[in-house]
Amino acid sequence: MSILVGTDTKLCVSGITGREGTFHAMNNRRYGTAVVSGVTPGKGGQDVEGVPVFDTLHDAIAETGANTAMIFVPPRFAADSILEAEDAGIELIIAITEGIPAHDELRVYNHIARNPDVRLVGPNCPGILSPGKANVGIIPASFFSEGNVGVVSRSGTLTYQIGNELAQAGFGNSTIVGIGGDPVPGSSFVDVIALFEADPETELIVMAGEIGGSAEEEAAEFIAEHVSKPVVAYIAGFTAPPGKTMGHAGAIVSGTAGTAVAKQEALEARGVRVGRTPTEVAQIAAEIAGALKA
Amino acid sequence: MDLLEYQGKQLFARHGVPVPSGAPATTVEEAVAAADEIGYPCVVKAQVQIGGRGKAGGIQVAKDRTEAEAHANAIIGMDIRGLTVHEVWIEAASDIAAEYYASIVFDRAAKRPLVLLSTQGGMDIEEVADRDPQAIARLHVDPLLGFQDFHARRLTFEAGVDADVVRPIGALLTRLYAAFVAEEAMLVEVNPLIVTGDRQVMALDAKVTLDDSSLFRHPDNAGLRSTDGEDPQERMARERGLTYVKLDGNVGILGNGAGLVMSTLDVVAQAGGSPANFLDAGGGSKAEAITSAVEVILSNDNVTAVLFNIFGGITRCDEVARGLIEAFRQVEPDVPFVVRLDGTNDAEGRALLAEADLPNVHAESTMLDAARRVVELAGAGTDGAPTSPTVPVGEGRETDLGAADARREAGE
Repeated sequence: MSILVGTDTKLCVSGITGREGTFHAMNNRRYGTAVVSGVTPGKGGQDVEGVPVFDTLHDAIAETGANTAMIFVPPRFAADSILEAEDAGIELIIAITEGIPAHDELRVYNHIARNPDVRLVGPNCPGILSPGKANVGIIPASFFSEGNVGVVSRSGTLTYQIGNELAQAGFGNSTIVGIGGDPVPGSSFVDVIALFEADPETELIVMAGEIGGSAEEEAAEFIAEHVSKPVVAYIAGFTAPPGKTMGHAGAIVSGTAGTAVAKQEALEARGVRVGRTPTEVAQIAAEIAGALKA
Repeated sequence: MDLLEYQGKQLFARHGVPVPSGAPATTVEEAVAAADEIGYPCVVKAQVQIGGRGKAGGIQVAKDRTEAEAHANAIIGMDIRGLTVHEVWIEAASDIAAEYYASIVFDRAAKRPLVLLSTQGGMDIEEVADRDPQAIARLHVDPLLGFQDFHARRLTFEAGVDADVVRPIGALLTRLYAAFVAEEAMLVEVNPLIVTGDRQVMALDAKVTLDDSSLFRHPDNAGLRSTDGEDPQERMARERGLTYVKLDGNVGILGNGAGLVMSTLDVVAQAGGSPANFLDAGGGSKAEAITSAVEVILSNDNVTAVLFNIFGGITRCDEVARGLIEAFRQVEPDVPFVVRLDGTNDAEGRALLAEADLPNVHAESTMLDAARRVVELAGAGTDGAPTSPTVPVGEGRETDLGAADARREAGE
């Protein structure tokens, strides 16, 4: 098993005719993901290398039975596209788009939160990869193999770095989930860690956080109370000066709360080991895996 | 993006939030003309994006024309904590009977706007929060419902505002919320929100932070960006579409993706180095962006070595290599570079670099080795350069006021 995406994923790509949309939709299909349809308003009836394109997500679902939508449309139209996917009855919406206005994200989050049958991952995320099964998004899949480590991260490239360190230490992955670095992510660490806890294939969970917000602290609380599997954490941004935004809208140190140190302390206080470098994360994972086998 | 006080007040006025009448001025002559127009007494207020204006002498009351001229003369060109005052705001002096506090914060943790109201305005709101948390009424608003009259009633009664201003304060909060939503703000803050002697309510100060990602919908707001307080290298980077933050050290850093770059800073610090900057070249960086980024990094004279840490997903390593080769052709750097390329098209990228055989460029295959190498090279390039990691240690004190607190902490 894996979480969120797998062999039963039927993907519809919103924005499939754009340059990046086409490139990554085809990349995902080459990996083995069932890319069943795409949406670009006004281009219904066309196809992208054999994938049928529809004017609306409603049409795409009715015609192709898509159960997962990947949002690859520009920031100013992305919120609308996510809401359209929810309205059309998609179960899982993965929003890759970066730079969606914060108030749009707020409206989308609060609207989707009222529908228990829909999950949003992202926006501004690299997507979700279940090695050997399906890849939805922009994660370079060749660095990852099937295995038992679930990874959840706020940052795309940091996920690759940690995944690569884990791979070199001999680990494969059940699923890798990028939840995105925006102020209002659709899914949190807690949401994804709960899924990993329930996933029989996942034996170890790695979470990669960064400065800003309180998502890591909330995860620490949740892990202490609800998670039986070992969790290894990494926090980026120990050297970040307060008050400066570090690229991700979420990555700003505001005063004292939200610093890397505060997050590390919150996690360690609840028994979660925190690696100080991506390499150390892999070393800790290896120690824990060794102890599990022993 | 942060607005100056008067820009915030003009934004408030557009949404019906009452503010004193006033006018901006960039010269003493303009200031005096504005003061004559507004009448005396009036207040001459320095317009800089930094706190402590009053203490620094940047806010002065003028009883007459002579004083207005003297104050404008003193304030324009004044240095306030490193920022030069280029502009003043002249406004009618207010008769203050009570000072309240109001703000609306984009609360990321709750994923709702948070409205705060207190009768203890005019001072540092974080001090109030520490000393007497009950003195601040707080209410989250469902963004899909919007700010309703009952929200206003709950806040005004809980905060304990004077009975005769319950309705006008409620109306002001309603308009402030409308401004927060319509202008897509991350923070609107009024401190103090005053009640005048004749029982009018008014925003006597305005702190507004707008969402950069929404500026495409607000071209007028986008034009308000002040570059006064901006570091020249940071401005250069922003104009080139790069995310750059200048730091105090000597190791220049470039990576792709904010998380990986932050991680790179940490690993360099742990290796005993001191990062000179944060630079995220972004996803899908093309060669030109990389060349541009090298120019930005090297424009900081403190840099004695540069680390490229790339893990390509959308970014293709061959593009990065081409950008670096072009940068060497254009800029001819005289400091060593350490380059680590992994991910999409990494073999092509490494081959291009090997073929170009750039002077003083060192390839490393892991992030850790690359960090160690660059620290070694950076140290060799300077005498007595700072090598201790600059890890800020928080006090662990938590408040839940969000951004309003952050700005107080930053000295506002």
